[in-house]
Amino acid sequence: MDELYFFLEVLIGGLLSGTLYSLVALGFVLIYKASGIFNFAQGTMVLFAALTFVGVLELGAPALLAAVVTLAVMVVLAFAVERFIFRHMVNQPQVILFMATIGLAYFLEGLGQTIWGTEVHVLDLGIPDRGLWLGPILVSQFDLVAAAVVALLVAGLGVFFRTTTMGRALRGVADDHQAALSIGIPLHHVWVAVWSVAGFVALVAGLVWGSKLGVQFSISLVALKAIPVMIIGGFTSIPGAIVGGLIVGASEKLAEVYLGPFVGGGLENWFPYMLAMLVLMVRPEGIFGEKIIERV
Amino acid sequence: MTDATTATGPDDASGPLLSANNIEVVYNRVILVLKGVSLSVPRGGITALLGANGAGKTTTLKAISHILKGERGEVTRGSIVYDGTETESLTPSDLVRKGLVQVMEGRHCFEHLTVEENLLLGAYTRSESRAERREQLDKTYAYFPRLRDRRHTQAGYISGGEQQMTAIGRALMARPRMILLDEPSMGLAPQLLAEIFGIVDRLNREEKVSFLLAEQNTHAALKHSDYGYILENGRVVMEGASEQLTENSDVKEFYLGLGESGRRGFRDAKHYRRRKRWLS
Repeated sequence: MDELYFFLEVLIGGLLSGTLYSLVALGFVLIYKASGIFNFAQGTMVLFAALTFVGVLELGAPALLAAVVTLAVMVVLAFAVERFIFRHMVNQPQVILFMATIGLAYFLEGLGQTIWGTEVHVLDLGIPDRGLWLGPILVSQFDLVAAAVVALLVAGLGVFFRTTTMGRALRGVADDHQAALSIGIPLHHVWVAVWSVAGFVALVAGLVWGSKLGVQFSISLVALKAIPVMIIGGFTSIPGAIVGGLIVGASEKLAEVYLGPFVGGGLENWFPYMLAMLVLMVRPEGIFGEKIIERV
Repeated sequence: MTDATTATGPDDASGPLLSANNIEVVYNRVILVLKGVSLSVPRGGITALLGANGAGKTTTLKAISHILKGERGEVTRGSIVYDGTETESLTPSDLVRKGLVQVMEGRHCFEHLTVEENLLLGAYTRSESRAERREQLDKTYAYFPRLRDRRHTQAGYISGGEQQMTAIGRALMARPRMILLDEPSMGLAPQLLAEIFGIVDRLNREEKVSFLLAEQNTHAALKHSDYGYILENGRVVMEGASEQLTENSDVKEFYLGLGESGRRGFRDAKHYRRRKRWLS
Protein backbone atom coordinates (compact mmCIF):
# COMPACT_ATOMS: atom_id res chain seq x y z
CA MET A 1 0.00 0.00 0.00
CA ASP A 2 2.82 2.37 0.84
CA GLU A 3 4.25 1.60 -2.56
CA LEU A 4 1.07 2.82 -4.21
CA TYR A 5 0.92 5.99 -2.13
CA PHE A 6 4.51 6.72 -2.99
CA PHE A 7 3.76 6.20 -6.68
CA LEU A 8 0.78 8.55 -6.50
CA GLU A 9 2.84 11.13 -4.67
CA VAL A 10 5.50 11.12 -7.36
CA LEU A 11 2.88 11.17 -10.09
CA ILE A 12 0.94 14.08 -8.61
CA GLY A 13 4.10 16.03 -7.89
CA GLY A 14 5.18 15.45 -11.49
CA LEU A 15 1.84 16.50 -12.93
CA LEU A 16 1.80 19.67 -10.87
CA SER A 17 5.30 20.69 -11.84
CA GLY A 18 4.35 19.81 -15.41
CA THR A 19 1.77 22.59 -15.45
CA LEU A 20 4.68 25.01 -15.18
CA TYR A 21 6.19 23.58 -18.35
CA SER A 22 2.78 23.96 -19.95
CA LEU A 23 2.81 27.62 -19.05
CA VAL A 24 6.01 28.28 -20.94
CA ALA A 25 4.97 26.12 -23.88
CA LEU A 26 1.72 28.06 -24.11
CA GLY A 27 3.59 31.24 -25.05
CA PHE A 28 5.39 29.42 -27.86
CA VAL A 29 2.19 27.87 -29.17
CA LEU A 30 0.30 31.20 -29.28
CA ILE A 31 2.87 32.90 -31.47
CA TYR A 32 3.48 29.83 -33.57
CA LYS A 33 -0.23 29.45 -34.29
CA ALA A 34 -0.82 33.05 -35.31
CA SER A 35 2.32 33.74 -37.28
CA GLY A 36 4.04 30.45 -37.98
CA ILE A 37 7.09 31.78 -36.13
CA PHE A 38 8.88 29.60 -33.65
CA ASN A 39 9.73 32.32 -31.16
CA PHE A 40 13.09 31.45 -29.72
CA ALA A 41 12.86 34.51 -27.50
CA GLN A 42 9.89 33.18 -25.50
CA GLY A 43 12.15 31.95 -22.70
CA THR A 44 13.90 35.28 -22.57
CA MET A 45 10.55 37.02 -22.49
CA VAL A 46 9.69 35.00 -19.39
CA LEU A 47 12.94 36.14 -17.80
CA PHE A 48 12.52 39.72 -18.96
CA ALA A 49 9.00 39.92 -17.56
CA ALA A 50 10.11 38.46 -14.22
CA LEU A 51 13.09 40.84 -14.04
CA THR A 52 10.93 43.84 -14.82
CA PHE A 53 8.36 42.80 -12.24
CA VAL A 54 10.96 42.33 -9.51
CA GLY A 55 12.70 45.54 -10.52
CA VAL A 56 9.52 47.58 -10.22
CA LEU A 57 8.69 45.80 -6.98
CA GLU A 58 12.07 46.71 -5.53
CA LEU A 59 11.43 50.35 -6.39
CA GLY A 60 8.71 50.14 -3.79
CA ALA A 61 5.60 49.55 -5.86
CA PRO A 62 2.88 47.19 -4.62
CA ALA A 63 2.66 43.84 -6.41
CA LEU A 64 -0.47 44.65 -8.36
CA LEU A 65 0.99 47.88 -9.73
CA ALA A 66 4.22 46.08 -10.61
CA ALA A 67 2.19 43.51 -12.55
CA VAL A 68 0.32 46.21 -14.45
CA VAL A 69 3.53 48.07 -15.27
CA THR A 70 5.20 44.87 -16.43
CA LEU A 71 2.23 44.00 -18.58
CA ALA A 72 2.41 47.46 -20.16
CA VAL A 73 6.11 46.92 -20.85
CA MET A 74 5.31 43.59 -22.53
CA VAL A 75 2.69 45.25 -24.73
CA VAL A 76 5.16 47.96 -25.72
CA LEU A 77 7.61 45.20 -26.50
CA ALA A 78 4.99 43.55 -28.73
CA PHE A 79 4.51 46.81 -30.64
CA ALA A 80 8.25 47.27 -31.00
CA VAL A 81 8.82 43.73 -32.20
CA GLU A 82 6.16 44.12 -34.89
CA ARG A 83 7.22 47.62 -35.90
CA PHE A 84 10.97 47.17 -35.98
CA ILE A 85 11.43 43.51 -36.82
CA PHE A 86 8.55 41.67 -38.41
CA ARG A 87 7.03 44.46 -40.47
CA HIS A 88 10.22 44.42 -42.49
CA MET A 89 10.20 40.68 -42.90
CA VAL A 90 6.83 39.99 -44.43
CA ASN A 91 7.06 37.08 -46.84
CA GLN A 92 10.48 35.98 -45.74
CA PRO A 93 10.98 32.25 -45.28
CA GLN A 94 10.15 30.93 -41.81
CA VAL A 95 13.75 30.16 -40.99
CA ILE A 96 14.67 33.84 -41.44
CA LEU A 97 11.92 34.85 -39.03
CA PHE A 98 13.19 32.23 -36.61
CA MET A 99 16.70 33.67 -36.85
CA ALA A 100 15.30 37.10 -36.09
CA THR A 101 13.79 35.76 -32.86
CA ILE A 102 17.21 34.39 -31.85
CA GLY A 103 18.57 37.89 -32.26
CA LEU A 104 15.65 39.21 -30.25
CA ALA A 105 16.43 36.72 -27.46
CA TYR A 106 20.01 37.99 -27.10
CA PHE A 107 18.88 41.58 -27.31
CA LEU A 108 16.29 41.14 -24.57
CA GLU A 109 18.74 39.29 -22.36
CA GLY A 110 21.23 42.15 -22.70
CA LEU A 111 18.57 44.78 -22.18
CA GLY A 112 17.28 43.06 -19.06
CA GLN A 113 20.79 42.85 -17.63
CA THR A 114 21.55 46.47 -18.47
CA ILE A 115 18.45 47.77 -16.77
CA TRP A 116 18.05 45.47 -13.80
CA GLY A 117 21.53 44.09 -13.21
CA THR A 118 22.77 40.51 -13.13
CA GLU A 119 22.29 39.37 -9.55
CA VAL A 120 19.69 36.84 -8.47
CA HIS A 121 16.53 38.46 -7.12
CA VAL A 122 14.29 36.81 -4.60
CA LEU A 123 10.64 36.95 -5.48
CA ASP A 124 8.16 36.23 -2.73
CA LEU A 125 4.55 36.47 -3.76
CA GLY A 126 3.38 35.07 -0.47
CA ILE A 127 2.45 31.71 -1.95
CA PRO A 128 2.93 29.20 0.87
CA ASP A 129 5.54 26.59 0.05
CA ARG A 130 4.80 23.90 2.55
CA GLY A 131 3.82 20.30 2.21
CA LEU A 132 0.15 19.49 2.40
CA TRP A 133 -1.17 16.08 3.39
CA LEU A 134 -4.03 14.95 1.20
CA GLY A 135 -4.88 11.82 3.16
CA PRO A 136 -1.69 9.78 3.06
CA ILE A 137 -0.23 11.71 0.09
CA LEU A 138 2.08 14.66 0.45
CA VAL A 139 1.81 17.42 -2.14
CA SER A 140 3.42 20.81 -2.45
CA GLN A 141 1.08 23.67 -1.71
CA PHE A 142 3.04 25.92 -4.01
CA ASP A 143 2.62 23.53 -6.91
CA LEU A 144 -1.11 23.34 -6.23
CA VAL A 145 -1.45 27.12 -6.38
CA ALA A 146 0.66 27.29 -9.52
CA ALA A 147 -1.47 24.63 -11.17
CA ALA A 148 -4.60 26.57 -10.28
CA VAL A 149 -3.11 29.72 -11.82
CA VAL A 150 -2.31 27.85 -15.02
CA ALA A 151 -5.81 26.38 -15.16
CA LEU A 152 -7.33 29.82 -14.73
CA LEU A 153 -5.10 31.31 -17.41
CA VAL A 154 -5.92 28.59 -19.89
CA ALA A 155 -9.64 28.88 -19.25
CA GLY A 156 -9.36 32.64 -19.77
CA LEU A 157 -7.47 32.21 -23.02
CA GLY A 158 -10.02 29.66 -24.18
CA VAL A 159 -12.83 32.13 -23.65
CA PHE A 160 -10.82 34.85 -25.38
CA PHE A 161 -10.15 32.71 -28.45
CA ARG A 162 -13.70 31.39 -28.77
CA THR A 163 -15.85 34.39 -28.05
CA THR A 164 -14.06 37.64 -28.88
CA THR A 165 -13.62 39.04 -32.35
CA MET A 166 -9.89 39.51 -31.82
CA GLY A 167 -9.61 35.94 -30.57
CA ARG A 168 -11.37 34.62 -33.66
CA ALA A 169 -9.23 36.85 -35.84
CA LEU A 170 -6.11 35.35 -34.27
CA ARG A 171 -7.35 31.85 -35.06
CA GLY A 172 -8.33 32.95 -38.55
CA VAL A 173 -4.92 34.40 -39.27
CA ALA A 174 -3.35 31.21 -37.97
CA ASP A 175 -5.42 29.29 -40.52
CA ASP A 176 -4.98 31.42 -43.61
CA HIS A 177 -3.09 34.70 -43.87
CA GLN A 178 -4.38 35.55 -47.30
CA ALA A 179 -8.00 34.98 -46.44
CA ALA A 180 -7.52 37.20 -43.41
CA LEU A 181 -6.12 39.94 -45.63
CA SER A 182 -8.93 39.55 -48.13
CA ILE A 183 -11.58 40.34 -45.53
CA GLY A 184 -9.63 43.27 -44.17
CA ILE A 185 -7.99 41.91 -41.03
CA PRO A 186 -4.79 43.95 -40.69
CA LEU A 187 -2.05 41.43 -40.01
CA HIS A 188 0.08 43.82 -37.96
CA HIS A 189 -2.76 44.37 -35.46
CA VAL A 190 -3.07 40.65 -35.05
CA TRP A 191 0.66 40.21 -34.56
CA VAL A 192 0.80 42.89 -31.92
CA ALA A 193 -2.18 41.29 -30.19
CA VAL A 194 -0.68 37.83 -30.17
CA TRP A 195 2.73 39.00 -28.98
CA SER A 196 0.97 40.92 -26.22
CA VAL A 197 -0.93 37.84 -25.14
CA ALA A 198 2.31 35.85 -25.27
CA GLY A 199 3.91 38.60 -23.19
CA PHE A 200 1.14 38.24 -20.63
CA VAL A 201 1.63 34.49 -20.51
CA ALA A 202 5.37 35.08 -20.14
CA LEU A 203 4.69 37.38 -17.20
CA VAL A 204 2.59 34.77 -15.41
CA ALA A 205 5.20 32.12 -16.15
CA GLY A 206 7.95 34.44 -14.95
CA LEU A 207 6.17 35.10 -11.67
CA VAL A 208 5.55 31.45 -10.95
CA TRP A 209 9.00 30.25 -11.98
CA GLY A 210 10.65 33.26 -10.39
CA SER A 211 9.12 32.64 -7.01
CA LYS A 212 10.05 28.97 -7.24
CA LEU A 213 13.67 29.34 -8.41
CA GLY A 214 14.47 33.00 -7.79
CA VAL A 215 14.61 35.46 -10.65
CA GLN A 216 17.84 34.65 -12.43
CA PHE A 217 19.09 33.94 -15.88
CA SER A 218 18.62 30.21 -15.68
CA ILE A 219 14.87 30.88 -16.01
CA SER A 220 15.32 31.46 -19.71
CA LEU A 221 16.80 27.97 -19.93
CA VAL A 222 13.74 26.43 -18.35
CA ALA A 223 12.07 27.39 -21.60
CA LEU A 224 14.09 24.69 -23.32
CA LYS A 225 11.88 22.15 -21.54
CA ALA A 226 9.01 23.66 -23.49
CA ILE A 227 10.41 22.14 -26.68
CA PRO A 228 9.72 18.48 -25.81
CA VAL A 229 6.39 19.65 -24.38
CA MET A 230 5.41 21.10 -27.74
CA ILE A 231 6.71 18.19 -29.74
CA ILE A 232 4.67 15.81 -27.62
CA GLY A 233 1.56 17.97 -27.47
CA GLY A 234 1.72 19.49 -30.92
CA PHE A 235 3.01 22.92 -31.96
CA THR A 236 -0.40 24.31 -32.86
CA SER A 237 -2.53 23.20 -29.97
CA ILE A 238 -3.24 24.88 -26.65
CA PRO A 239 -4.68 21.69 -25.11
CA GLY A 240 -1.57 20.03 -26.54
CA ALA A 241 0.68 22.37 -24.58
CA ILE A 242 -1.21 21.54 -21.40
CA VAL A 243 -1.25 17.78 -21.87
CA GLY A 244 2.32 17.82 -23.16
CA GLY A 245 3.44 19.67 -20.05
CA LEU A 246 1.66 17.18 -17.80
CA ILE A 247 3.20 14.23 -19.62
CA VAL A 248 6.68 15.70 -19.45
CA GLY A 249 6.34 16.62 -15.80
CA ALA A 250 4.94 13.26 -14.73
CA SER A 251 7.20 11.12 -16.87
CA GLU A 252 10.43 12.80 -15.89
CA LYS A 253 9.69 12.44 -12.18
CA LEU A 254 8.53 8.84 -12.51
CA ALA A 255 11.54 8.00 -14.65
CA GLU A 256 13.89 9.61 -12.16
CA VAL A 257 12.41 7.73 -9.24
CA TYR A 258 11.84 4.32 -10.78
CA LEU A 259 14.47 4.07 -13.52
CA GLY A 260 17.06 6.40 -12.02
CA PRO A 261 18.60 3.88 -9.64
CA PHE A 262 19.41 1.53 -12.53
CA VAL A 263 21.39 4.07 -14.56
CA GLY A 264 22.80 6.17 -11.76
CA GLY A 265 20.22 8.96 -11.79
CA GLY A 266 20.10 12.18 -13.79
CA LEU A 267 17.27 10.95 -16.01
CA GLU A 268 15.13 13.96 -15.31
CA ASN A 269 17.14 16.13 -17.64
CA TRP A 270 17.06 14.03 -20.75
CA PHE A 271 14.06 11.76 -20.40
CA PRO A 272 11.55 14.30 -21.88
CA TYR A 273 13.71 14.73 -24.96
CA MET A 274 13.84 11.02 -25.54
CA LEU A 275 10.08 10.84 -25.16
CA ALA A 276 9.76 13.68 -27.67
CA MET A 277 11.91 11.77 -30.11
CA LEU A 278 9.66 8.73 -29.82
CA VAL A 279 6.61 10.89 -30.45
CA LEU A 280 8.30 12.39 -33.51
CA MET A 281 8.78 8.92 -34.91
CA VAL A 282 5.25 7.74 -34.25
CA ARG A 283 3.17 10.89 -34.58
CA PRO A 284 5.16 13.83 -35.94
CA GLU A 285 2.36 16.39 -35.55
CA GLY A 286 2.14 15.65 -31.81
CA ILE A 287 -0.81 14.32 -29.87
CA PHE A 288 -3.06 17.31 -30.47
CA GLY A 289 -1.31 18.90 -33.44
CA GLU A 290 -3.69 20.03 -36.12
CA LYS A 291 -3.58 17.67 -38.97
CA ILE A 292 -3.88 19.34 -42.31
CA ILE A 293 -7.53 18.92 -43.17
CA GLU A 294 -7.82 17.09 -46.42
CA ARG A 295 -11.15 16.21 -47.88
CA VAL A 296 -11.24 13.22 -50.13
CA MET B 1 -20.13 60.66 -68.88
CA THR B 2 -20.74 64.13 -70.13
CA ASP B 3 -17.37 65.66 -69.49
CA ALA B 4 -14.38 63.39 -69.40
CA THR B 5 -12.01 66.03 -68.06
CA THR B 6 -13.80 66.68 -64.77
CA ALA B 7 -12.34 64.67 -61.94
CA THR B 8 -14.91 62.38 -60.40
CA GLY B 9 -15.35 62.75 -56.66
CA PRO B 10 -16.72 60.13 -54.26
CA ASP B 11 -20.18 61.64 -54.48
CA ASP B 12 -20.26 61.57 -58.21
CA ALA B 13 -22.58 58.69 -58.93
CA SER B 14 -22.07 58.86 -62.66
CA GLY B 15 -18.47 57.60 -62.87
CA PRO B 16 -17.66 53.90 -62.75
CA LEU B 17 -17.38 52.34 -59.30
CA LEU B 18 -14.02 50.88 -60.15
CA SER B 19 -11.58 51.59 -62.88
CA ALA B 20 -8.09 50.35 -63.55
CA ASN B 21 -6.11 52.47 -65.93
CA ASN B 22 -3.26 50.89 -67.79
CA ILE B 23 -1.87 49.00 -64.81
CA GLU B 24 1.35 47.11 -65.01
CA VAL B 25 2.32 44.50 -62.41
CA VAL B 26 5.77 43.11 -61.76
CA TYR B 27 6.50 40.12 -59.52
CA ASN B 28 9.83 39.85 -57.72
CA ARG B 29 10.90 43.04 -59.45
CA VAL B 30 11.53 41.23 -62.73
CA ILE B 31 8.57 39.26 -63.97
CA LEU B 32 6.14 41.42 -65.87
CA VAL B 33 2.71 39.85 -65.42
CA LEU B 34 0.27 42.57 -66.39
CA LYS B 35 1.29 44.71 -69.34
CA GLY B 36 -1.08 47.60 -69.19
CA VAL B 37 -4.58 46.42 -68.26
CA SER B 38 -7.46 48.87 -68.31
CA LEU B 39 -10.97 48.03 -67.26
CA SER B 40 -13.91 49.52 -65.47
CA VAL B 41 -16.90 48.26 -63.54
CA PRO B 42 -20.01 50.45 -63.54
CA ARG B 43 -22.06 50.97 -60.37
CA GLY B 44 -24.41 48.03 -60.00
CA GLY B 45 -22.79 46.12 -62.85
CA ILE B 46 -21.41 42.63 -63.19
CA THR B 47 -18.27 42.69 -65.27
CA ALA B 48 -16.53 39.52 -66.35
CA LEU B 49 -12.79 39.13 -66.68
CA LEU B 50 -12.10 36.18 -68.92
CA GLY B 51 -9.09 34.36 -70.15
CA ALA B 52 -7.11 31.15 -69.88
CA ASN B 53 -4.98 30.01 -66.98
CA GLY B 54 -2.08 32.39 -66.38
CA ALA B 55 -3.57 35.20 -68.43
CA GLY B 56 -3.42 37.55 -65.44
CA LYS B 57 -6.99 37.50 -64.10
CA THR B 58 -6.07 36.72 -60.51
CA THR B 59 -3.18 39.17 -60.58
CA THR B 60 -5.54 41.89 -61.77
CA LEU B 61 -7.93 41.23 -58.90
CA LYS B 62 -5.12 41.10 -56.34
CA ALA B 63 -3.71 44.33 -57.69
CA ILE B 64 -7.09 45.96 -57.17
CA SER B 65 -7.57 44.61 -53.63
CA HIS B 66 -3.91 45.34 -52.76
CA ILE B 67 -3.30 41.80 -51.61
CA LEU B 68 -0.52 41.69 -54.16
CA LYS B 69 1.81 43.61 -51.88
CA GLY B 70 2.09 40.64 -49.58
CA GLU B 71 3.19 38.42 -52.44
CA ARG B 72 6.19 40.28 -53.75
CA GLY B 73 4.09 41.76 -56.50
CA GLU B 74 4.00 45.44 -57.25
CA VAL B 75 1.91 47.75 -59.40
CA THR B 76 4.62 49.64 -61.27
CA ARG B 77 2.50 51.75 -63.56
CA GLY B 78 -1.05 52.95 -63.96
CA SER B 79 -3.70 53.80 -61.43
CA ILE B 80 -6.69 52.17 -59.79
CA VAL B 81 -9.62 54.35 -58.90
CA TYR B 82 -12.37 53.03 -56.62
CA ASP B 83 -15.44 55.14 -56.00
CA GLY B 84 -13.70 58.24 -57.27
CA THR B 85 -10.62 57.81 -55.07
CA GLU B 86 -7.16 56.80 -56.11
CA THR B 87 -6.38 53.69 -54.03
CA GLU B 88 -2.61 53.63 -54.14
CA SER B 89 -1.98 54.59 -50.51
CA LEU B 90 -4.75 52.41 -49.03
CA THR B 91 -4.26 49.10 -47.25
CA PRO B 92 -6.38 46.01 -47.99
CA SER B 93 -8.14 46.73 -44.71
CA ASP B 94 -9.01 50.31 -45.79
CA LEU B 95 -10.46 48.97 -49.01
CA VAL B 96 -12.65 46.43 -47.22
CA ARG B 97 -13.87 49.23 -44.97
CA LYS B 98 -14.84 51.14 -48.11
CA GLY B 99 -16.80 48.14 -49.32
CA LEU B 100 -14.37 46.53 -51.76
CA VAL B 101 -13.97 42.88 -50.79
CA GLN B 102 -12.23 40.06 -52.58
CA VAL B 103 -13.31 36.42 -52.61
CA MET B 104 -10.16 34.60 -53.47
CA GLU B 105 -9.59 31.78 -55.87
CA GLY B 106 -9.77 28.42 -54.13
CA ARG B 107 -12.16 29.75 -51.47
CA HIS B 108 -9.62 30.27 -48.70
CA CYS B 109 -11.98 29.55 -45.84
CA PHE B 110 -10.60 29.48 -42.31
CA GLU B 111 -10.54 25.70 -42.16
CA HIS B 112 -10.44 25.18 -38.42
CA LEU B 113 -13.12 27.77 -37.69
CA THR B 114 -16.76 26.85 -37.93
CA VAL B 115 -18.84 28.18 -40.80
CA GLU B 116 -20.49 30.70 -38.51
CA GLU B 117 -17.15 31.88 -37.13
CA ASN B 118 -15.96 32.33 -40.70
CA LEU B 119 -18.97 34.47 -41.46
CA LEU B 120 -18.63 36.52 -38.28
CA LEU B 121 -15.00 37.29 -39.07
CA GLY B 122 -16.18 38.75 -42.36
CA ALA B 123 -17.57 41.64 -40.33
CA TYR B 124 -14.17 42.29 -38.72
CA THR B 125 -13.83 45.78 -40.19
CA ARG B 126 -17.39 46.79 -39.24
CA SER B 127 -17.89 48.67 -36.03
CA GLU B 128 -21.51 47.70 -35.59
CA SER B 129 -23.69 46.53 -32.75
CA ARG B 130 -24.31 42.89 -31.95
CA ALA B 131 -27.86 43.23 -33.23
CA GLU B 132 -26.77 44.68 -36.56
CA ARG B 133 -24.24 41.92 -36.98
CA ARG B 134 -26.86 39.32 -36.13
CA GLU B 135 -29.19 40.83 -38.69
CA GLN B 136 -26.53 40.70 -41.39
CA LEU B 137 -25.77 37.10 -40.40
CA ASP B 138 -29.43 36.17 -40.79
CA LYS B 139 -29.50 37.87 -44.16
CA THR B 140 -26.44 35.90 -45.23
CA TYR B 141 -28.07 32.67 -44.11
CA ALA B 142 -31.15 33.66 -46.08
CA TYR B 143 -29.04 33.83 -49.23
CA PHE B 144 -27.20 30.63 -48.36
CA PRO B 145 -29.66 28.40 -46.46
CA ARG B 146 -27.26 25.45 -46.67
CA LEU B 147 -24.78 27.33 -44.52
CA ARG B 148 -27.30 27.61 -41.71
CA ASP B 149 -27.45 23.82 -41.54
CA ARG B 150 -23.68 23.61 -41.47
CA ARG B 151 -23.04 26.55 -39.17
CA HIS B 152 -21.28 24.60 -36.43
CA THR B 153 -19.15 22.47 -38.75
CA GLN B 154 -15.49 23.32 -39.29
CA ALA B 155 -15.13 24.91 -42.71
CA GLY B 156 -12.41 22.45 -43.65
CA TYR B 157 -14.92 19.63 -43.61
CA ILE B 158 -17.74 21.05 -45.73
CA SER B 159 -18.09 20.48 -49.47
CA GLY B 160 -16.41 22.61 -52.10
CA GLY B 161 -19.66 24.30 -53.01
CA GLU B 162 -20.42 25.06 -49.38
CA GLN B 163 -16.91 26.48 -48.99
CA GLN B 164 -17.50 28.76 -51.96
CA MET B 165 -20.74 29.87 -50.35
CA THR B 166 -18.96 30.45 -47.05
CA ALA B 167 -16.36 32.58 -48.79
CA ILE B 168 -18.98 34.69 -50.57
CA GLY B 169 -21.10 34.86 -47.42
CA ARG B 170 -18.08 35.98 -45.43
CA ALA B 171 -17.52 38.79 -47.93
CA LEU B 172 -21.20 39.68 -47.67
CA MET B 173 -20.82 40.16 -43.91
CA ALA B 174 -18.56 43.13 -44.63
CA ARG B 175 -21.56 44.82 -46.32
CA PRO B 176 -19.69 45.21 -49.58
CA ARG B 177 -20.50 47.52 -52.45
CA MET B 178 -18.25 45.58 -54.73
CA ILE B 179 -17.01 42.00 -54.67
CA LEU B 180 -13.99 40.80 -56.61
CA LEU B 181 -14.95 37.19 -57.22
CA ASP B 182 -12.14 34.97 -58.38
CA GLU B 183 -12.94 31.72 -60.18
CA PRO B 184 -16.07 30.63 -58.28
CA SER B 185 -16.53 27.76 -60.73
CA MET B 186 -13.35 26.02 -59.67
CA GLY B 187 -14.05 22.36 -59.06
CA LEU B 188 -17.82 22.76 -58.84
CA ALA B 189 -20.47 20.65 -60.48
CA PRO B 190 -22.55 22.55 -63.07
CA GLN B 191 -25.67 22.49 -60.93
CA LEU B 192 -23.88 24.01 -57.93
CA LEU B 193 -22.27 26.56 -60.18
CA ALA B 194 -25.68 27.60 -61.46
CA GLU B 195 -26.87 27.94 -57.88
CA ILE B 196 -23.91 30.14 -56.95
CA PHE B 197 -24.25 32.33 -60.04
CA GLY B 198 -27.95 32.63 -59.25
CA ILE B 199 -27.04 34.03 -55.84
CA VAL B 200 -24.53 36.40 -57.43
CA ASP B 201 -27.32 37.71 -59.63
CA ARG B 202 -29.58 38.16 -56.63
CA LEU B 203 -26.92 39.96 -54.61
CA ASN B 204 -26.42 42.23 -57.56
CA ARG B 205 -30.14 42.97 -57.90
CA GLU B 206 -31.24 43.04 -54.29
CA GLU B 207 -28.16 44.26 -52.42
CA LYS B 208 -26.82 46.46 -55.22
CA VAL B 209 -23.44 44.75 -55.04
CA SER B 210 -21.28 45.23 -58.12
CA PHE B 211 -19.09 42.35 -59.23
CA LEU B 212 -15.83 41.92 -61.03
CA LEU B 213 -15.88 38.25 -61.88
CA ALA B 214 -12.74 36.46 -62.99
CA GLU B 215 -13.64 33.19 -64.70
CA GLN B 216 -12.27 30.51 -66.94
CA ASN B 217 -15.75 29.24 -67.52
CA THR B 218 -16.47 31.73 -70.28
CA HIS B 219 -19.94 30.47 -71.04
CA ALA B 220 -21.29 30.83 -67.51
CA ALA B 221 -19.50 34.11 -66.88
CA LEU B 222 -20.85 35.77 -70.02
CA LYS B 223 -24.33 34.56 -69.24
CA HIS B 224 -24.30 36.26 -65.86
CA SER B 225 -22.46 39.48 -66.69
CA ASP B 226 -23.22 42.72 -68.51
CA TYR B 227 -19.81 43.39 -69.92
CA GLY B 228 -16.67 41.36 -70.44
CA TYR B 229 -12.94 41.73 -70.92
CA ILE B 230 -10.77 39.03 -72.37
CA LEU B 231 -7.27 38.84 -71.03
CA GLU B 232 -4.39 37.12 -72.72
CA ASN B 233 -0.76 37.27 -71.67
CA GLY B 234 -1.37 40.17 -69.33
CA ARG B 235 -3.18 42.32 -71.88
CA VAL B 236 -6.81 43.00 -72.63
CA VAL B 237 -7.23 41.60 -76.13
CA MET B 238 -10.95 42.11 -76.49
CA GLU B 239 -13.84 43.72 -74.66
CA GLY B 240 -17.50 44.28 -75.20
CA ALA B 241 -21.02 43.80 -73.93
CA SER B 242 -21.50 40.22 -72.84
CA GLU B 243 -24.15 39.40 -75.47
CA GLN B 244 -21.85 40.68 -78.19
CA LEU B 245 -18.93 38.65 -76.88
CA THR B 246 -21.13 35.57 -76.79
CA GLU B 247 -21.93 36.10 -80.45
CA ASN B 248 -18.38 36.99 -81.48
CA SER B 249 -16.91 34.32 -83.70
CA ASP B 250 -13.43 34.46 -82.20
CA VAL B 251 -14.75 34.10 -78.67
CA LYS B 252 -16.95 31.27 -79.85
CA GLU B 253 -14.05 29.53 -81.42
CA PHE B 254 -11.36 30.02 -78.81
CA TYR B 255 -13.25 30.26 -75.54
CA LEU B 256 -16.63 28.66 -76.06
CA GLY B 257 -15.34 25.82 -78.19
CA LEU B 258 -17.85 26.46 -80.96
CA GLY B 259 -16.10 26.86 -84.31
CA GLU B 260 -17.73 27.77 -87.60
CA SER B 261 -17.41 24.16 -88.57
CA GLY B 262 -19.31 22.88 -85.54
CA ARG B 263 -17.92 22.01 -82.17
CA ARG B 264 -14.19 22.26 -81.80
CA GLY B 265 -11.79 22.20 -78.90
CA PHE B 266 -9.54 25.02 -77.90
CA ARG B 267 -6.64 22.72 -78.72
CA ASP B 268 -7.53 22.66 -82.41
CA ALA B 269 -7.47 26.43 -82.79
CA LYS B 270 -4.56 27.50 -84.86
CA HIS B 271 -2.24 29.33 -82.57
CA TYR B 272 -0.76 31.72 -85.14
CA ARG B 273 -4.19 32.88 -86.14
CA ARG B 274 -5.13 33.86 -82.61
CA ARG B 275 -2.00 35.88 -82.21
CA LYS B 276 -2.42 37.53 -85.55
CA ARG B 277 -5.96 38.61 -84.98
CA TRP B 278 -5.67 39.88 -81.46
CA LEU B 279 -2.17 41.02 -80.92
CA SER B 280 -1.35 42.73 -84.17
